[in-house]
Amino acid sequence: MSTHTDPLILYGASFHSRLLLGTSRYPSPQVLADAVAVAQPAMLTASLRRQTAHADTSPAFWNLLRDMKVPVLPNTAGCHSIQEVITTAEMARELFETDWLKLELIGDDYSLQPDTVNLPSAAQQLIKAGFKVLPYCTEDLVLCQRLVDVGCQAVMPWAAPIGTGKGPINPYAMRMLRERLSVPLIVDAGLGLPSHACQVMEWGYDAVLLNTAVALARHPVDMARGFALAVQAGRDAFLGGVMQPQETAQASTPLIGTPFWHHN
Amino acid sequence: MTTEMTNHRIQIWVNQVATELTMPAYLSDAIDAVDIKPPFAAAVNLHFVPKKNYTSYALQAGDKIELIVPVTGG
Repeated sequence: MSTHTDPLILYGASFHSRLLLGTSRYPSPQVLADAVAVAQPAMLTASLRRQTAHADTSPAFWNLLRDMKVPVLPNTAGCHSIQEVITTAEMARELFETDWLKLELIGDDYSLQPDTVNLPSAAQQLIKAGFKVLPYCTEDLVLCQRLVDVGCQAVMPWAAPIGTGKGPINPYAMRMLRERLSVPLIVDAGLGLPSHACQVMEWGYDAVLLNTAVALARHPVDMARGFALAVQAGRDAFLGGVMQPQETAQASTPLIGTPFWHHN
Repeated sequence: MTTEMTNHRIQIWVNQVATELTMPAYLSDAIDAVDIKPPFAAAVNLHFVPKKNYTSYALQAGDKIELIVPVTGG
């Protein structure tokens, strides 16, 4: 494990971890708490819903969230318009007492692809209203640049559609994005394996946000630990600097003095 | 305000459930009419209403109120 000081900086705030974790779909609240305890994430995502008899809206989750003492990142999941996003954000700010916001503006219910046309405008209005916006977006370079242009100090491209666990489905675009943008990039959604997280961190991504890959693992606590270690391993590899691949074999043991060599 | 107006009842919607209130009716009256405990936040007709305004926000017939609570999320 790395021992150097290498905090994740978002909107001027410093975080000790480069893993952000969702709180949904765990087998039980205790498993969620145990996963958080081993992963030590920088932030935990949460959401807002109507109180109904059918939804899991018991105060137990609120109490658990407070007990875990991890900064909360409210999301605007399920919003399909800018007005819905803004109202949900304002409600979240009052409820969770935080300006941090994971901006989700869904453009297609089947793929849960963000509404890339309206996302920059939504982000701009939220930033003007004082939110620290982390927008969930695609890996499209121009979209991400527009989000930065309107004031986002970090962006969160997906690796693949939410909950698919496919890992990066467009490595070329993701690596290009990393090369072109200097703001913190957080891979949000689509990761299924710790190796996926390690891969994007090796490319120079600053953090990952995931939920389903841990929550739906056979043993979520073990998987949470695996992801935490993978994120750190990828980060260390990026900072370490990757060697240039070679076309031919290069002996790693010195050849000079090799016994019995060139006797014939 | 006349007696007729003060006794007038209006129908509003709280989390998609029809509810009747007597005028003048305020957002705090609608919240009292349903079983919801803090923490929660409120919006009327898709506009956020801060907690400090619950007792002064006058409701109109047909208003759609959303009361939301924290839940798990990704």
